[in-house]
Amino acid sequence: MTGFLQNTFNGLVSGAFYALLALGLAVIFGMLRVVNFAHGAFYMLGAFGAYVLLSEAGVPFWAALAIMPVGLGLLGMALERAFIHRLTRLDPLYNFLLTFGLTLILQDLVKLRYGVQSSPYATPSALSGSVDFGIFDFPTYRVFILGFAVAVCVGVWWVLTRTRIGMVVRASTERPELTRAFGINVGRWVTPVFGFGIGLAGLAGVLAAPMRAVNPLMGADLIIVVFAVVVIGGLGSIFGSVAAGFGIGLVQAWGEAYLSQFPIVSQTIVFIVMAVVLLWRPAGLFGREEAPA
Amino acid sequence: MRRTVGVAAASAAAVMLVAGCGGGGPQSGGDEKLTGGKIVLGVLNDQSGAYSELSGKNSVTAVEMAVADFKAKHGDDAVTKDITVETADHQNKPDVANSKAQEMYDRKGVDLILDVPTSSAALKVADVAKEKKKLYFNIGAATTDLTGKSCNKYTFHYAYDTYMLANGTGKTTTEQVGKNWYILYPNYAFGQDMEKSFSAAITAAGGKVVGKDGAPFPNTSGDFSTFLLKAPTLNPKPEVLGTMQAGAELVNVVKQYNEFKLRDKGVGLAVGLMFITDIHSLTPAALAGTTYTDAWYWNFDQQNREFADRFQSETGTRPSFAHAANYSAAMQYLEAVQAAGTDDADTVVKGLEGKEVNDVFLRNGKIRAEDHRVIHDAYLAQVKPQSEVSEPWDYVKVLKTIPAAEAFAAPSSACKM
Repeated sequence: MTGFLQNTFNGLVSGAFYALLALGLAVIFGMLRVVNFAHGAFYMLGAFGAYVLLSEAGVPFWAALAIMPVGLGLLGMALERAFIHRLTRLDPLYNFLLTFGLTLILQDLVKLRYGVQSSPYATPSALSGSVDFGIFDFPTYRVFILGFAVAVCVGVWWVLTRTRIGMVVRASTERPELTRAFGINVGRWVTPVFGFGIGLAGLAGVLAAPMRAVNPLMGADLIIVVFAVVVIGGLGSIFGSVAAGFGIGLVQAWGEAYLSQFPIVSQTIVFIVMAVVLLWRPAGLFGREEAPA
Repeated sequence: MRRTVGVAAASAAAVMLVAGCGGGGPQSGGDEKLTGGKIVLGVLNDQSGAYSELSGKNSVTAVEMAVADFKAKHGDDAVTKDITVETADHQNKPDVANSKAQEMYDRKGVDLILDVPTSSAALKVADVAKEKKKLYFNIGAATTDLTGKSCNKYTFHYAYDTYMLANGTGKTTTEQVGKNWYILYPNYAFGQDMEKSFSAAITAAGGKVVGKDGAPFPNTSGDFSTFLLKAPTLNPKPEVLGTMQAGAELVNVVKQYNEFKLRDKGVGLAVGLMFITDIHSLTPAALAGTTYTDAWYWNFDQQNREFADRFQSETGTRPSFAHAANYSAAMQYLEAVQAAGTDDADTVVKGLEGKEVNDVFLRNGKIRAEDHRVIHDAYLAQVKPQSEVSEPWDYVKVLKTIPAAEAFAAPSSACKM
């Protein structure tokens, strides 16, 4: 039982990263119809930024947690203005290729300066202990990540459903033509929303720095799973991406724990789930079927 | 139109013909003992991926240092002064390694290929060397198949292998730290080999493998907590967690091992394959007390240190064992050519076989004739606590020297030259 709870907890912690990344992808896809392949690279930049801030300027983890998402969000907005919005009217494939190219450039720039070896980043001392839950203890940092990620997801959900900005964003996502007809400037919101999605990726990166290897390729493997998460949740569905993020984290942890005699299964379980979901609900668990045009 | 194409093709052919003659003409009049009148060394390794730090471009620098030292040593008596170094990136892909090796031997006139990390790529290059009858010194790969079922007359395995790692770390840790092991390995060829070698060494030393798990490779979630949490719950409780992960995955395992404070729970850590660059990226504090087997350590004695100082002035960093081994291998090849007076592969192989060598990398070294395993002293090393680290990169103390004859397995019966 203790083991099950520990594995569940760990699954939720992995899921927290998936959820934050998938949430950013979903917001961007909803608003811009852009599948942002560079999301993993921005996650990597978040972690690397935290490392560089600490090692070269002595900026602590807590400050990096605020600086990196804002900084990367602004970079994202600049990139959206400079490149991405020029291609949004074309086939989505163009932006997919653009962001793929961007990923390679960002990864190689970091490689050029810092090499491929992982860079050291220590857990902030306030969070380096463990929390005693009675039947088992758990690293404080993991508890913090889970709490923080849930708070961010709830915060985003609140903004989207309870504020005027959120209403406009949701309306522009779902019925852009109609929203325009009401005299709302949809285009105005595109750039900030893109920056916001990138900021979330950067946030996930900073959170990952103390517990994952910080290197230029850290986002490259992860992003593949995050795409699977987004597809399972339903492309563009905000709630779906978060739910699927945590869900996939759990499935992976349970798979590794209880199917360890079949390493092949635990290795591919995410994609097995994805295939089953797509057969059963082609638009994903929480996605809506495309209305016939 | 058709005529223009025809003329163009004809003139291209003519140019190639002339170029061919021109290239062959003057050189054939020079030194007949060396193909093309010169020696070309080829360094084929990973220059952008996971292994580019521990070998990569700095291995090329190490080989260039060997060339410079060879020229300085022999001066006008050198078999040739025309020694060049070619290099290519195999991206850790067997098919790329295969085509780059062919290109090196056939078109770049390479006499010897060096390095080649990643076992699957290393084995492909061994096949090419055999087919082309050209020399190949493998340094960066771990698989014992290079001197086992894939051995051949032109392939030498220079620095280390999975047997050396398992025998040193597995045996000593079982004797000194604890008998019960939990082994965590990446579930692909290298990890599976390592798991087998370690299990054998542990059992032979009177220990027991209580549990073992193949973690997904590549581990996309980067999370190993399921396995790490399982370790202390096994019965009997393992005293040692043996991790066979390498590079970034090793970093993830160690970070999370510390997060879950397994050392405080009585589970020690042993690492299958670790390079000095891994310790640098994890910091010694994260690994303090961890034992592993090293093929060479830069601060072991004065001779190593002098080489490390020169290497640092060239590259800005301290050498890994792979860098030192590349230097040594290039040097031993050049000396063999010097002694033979020719770069004819069969003659050079004859000169190398059975040769006993002592240099900056090889201590009590011997190039075994039976399987072309280059045996030498290995070292059981332990990561120092942060408080004992007195200068950058000085992360390890050598607990024990493992004599060459014990460090490596006896020649395998699977090897048919």
